[in-house]
Amino acid sequence: MSQPSSAHISHPIDTSRLGDPIVQAIGIEKYFGDNHVLRGVDLTVRKAEAVMLIGRSGSGKTTFLRCVNFLEEPTVGSVEIDGLRVDADPLKPRSRAHQEQMRLIRMRAGMVFQDFNLFPHMSVLDNCIAAPVKVAKVSKAEAIERAEKYLSKVGLAEKRDEFPARLSGGQKQRVAIARALSMEPKVLLFDEPTSALDPELIGEVLKVMEGLAHEGATMIVVTHEMHFAREAADRVVFLEEGRVIEEGPPEKMLDNPDDDRTRQFLRRFLAT
Amino acid sequence: MTAAAPPVSAPAPILEQVKAANRRRKITFRLWFWMTWFALVGALLAVLWLTGNINTEFIASAGPFIIGGAGITILISLTSITFATGLALVGALGRLSRNPVINGIASLYVSLVRGTPLLVQIFFVYLALPQLGIVLPVLVGGIFALAFNYGAYMTEVFRAGIQAVPKGQREAAQALGMPEGLIMRRIVLPQAFRIVIPAIGNDFVSMIKDSSLVYVLGVQELLWRASTIGRRELSSLEALLIAAAVYWGLTIIFSYFQERLERRMARGDR
Repeated sequence: MSQPSSAHISHPIDTSRLGDPIVQAIGIEKYFGDNHVLRGVDLTVRKAEAVMLIGRSGSGKTTFLRCVNFLEEPTVGSVEIDGLRVDADPLKPRSRAHQEQMRLIRMRAGMVFQDFNLFPHMSVLDNCIAAPVKVAKVSKAEAIERAEKYLSKVGLAEKRDEFPARLSGGQKQRVAIARALSMEPKVLLFDEPTSALDPELIGEVLKVMEGLAHEGATMIVVTHEMHFAREAADRVVFLEEGRVIEEGPPEKMLDNPDDDRTRQFLRRFLAT
Repeated sequence: MTAAAPPVSAPAPILEQVKAANRRRKITFRLWFWMTWFALVGALLAVLWLTGNINTEFIASAGPFIIGGAGITILISLTSITFATGLALVGALGRLSRNPVINGIASLYVSLVRGTPLLVQIFFVYLALPQLGIVLPVLVGGIFALAFNYGAYMTEVFRAGIQAVPKGQREAAQALGMPEGLIMRRIVLPQAFRIVIPAIGNDFVSMIKDSSLVYVLGVQELLWRASTIGRRELSSLEALLIAAAVYWGLTIIFSYFQERLERRMARGDR
């Protein structure tokens, strides 16, 4: 940890409806070659908390999110989810034990991607039961029951036998959310989940996500939808140049942030 | 502002005529296309006929024997392509392996086989292996050589197919906690297979023709039958014409099925 991680501005948030910390990312640094993309990011997320990461492109927010479930292995740092702590070990990323650790931590974090990444050769239902059956070793009947529950939660129960190619972008993303939920993860990671959608389809996805946030799902969301952040976030975190600059409740962060860089970002962002 | 909706216009009378004209144009094209083929092939046969060297009796008597070799040709081709596909799957996984030894073996196989002529490989099975005490039945030897050769070419096709599966597929599976082997089996390979099926079809059509090379082993397939009986009866021209016609017919038939398969898959998902 080269930088003191408390250097940023942190506004207190109301934690009354939140539980204990369940995700802890400590001192995450990431290099791509010589490019220092993350310069020591700490983030603690409490149970039922919805954290929104904002910042301009290239600020490191997506890379950070991908480091949380080790889709990107951090160069330095550690991540703990629900009691399982994995330290970055980029010198032996291929060792079997380390692979297994990363796999176990991924099972605790459901991820929703910008471009859905549904499995095109599987029906909607199979998309949702493949991992529960093969990885979580849930019985097939129970997996189907689960999948149906989450598919109706995202409003797509009647599409269970369709193939992804027959769905609209918004429907695909909702299936992707149901697929992530089907593993009953401790935290949901959303990587710009509406950026690949046509404008008229964004609303249906945000509505599902808002519902999840209000039901107490723990989530970390990289987003450009400020309106959504205001509605659904417990905390907004602003990143720039691989560091957390300022964080706090959405009203404070979006209306009246203290740091000049946050202000500048919002001004430019809301102007476009 | 409640202007009456514009009346739904009846299709312009010219529309029917345009459609009919397009249909006519298509039919005319086909007609001339096939007439050209028939004219050219007919002219070729007529010239041969007019030279007075065509022995019709030979064609009638030896024809069925030669054509009977088509069964063996198809058998060799089907068996070889099946083994080649299996080899290619293993080869492709090897070529993508992070294990240097496995990767080295697979790469050496591809390099060696692609760097030497198929006929040399067939002769190797026929003439060189027996010197080492390995004598394969001719049919087995032929299939072995063809499968070994095509397996190497198809390895590269399979490798490209696996790499053509979008990276996000693998990441989505990883994010769900799937281990590597499962990701390969359930997510990547099924999609890669779909990508390479047209290429396998292509290779099968090539295989039908290349299977003729195993005649040097004495496998009694199409070419062997044609060349043997042709030489014996001094009617190589007729014999080879028959063999060529059969090869041509077989490739046309399989190309047709392959095209249909491809079209059906294009209609599928994605």
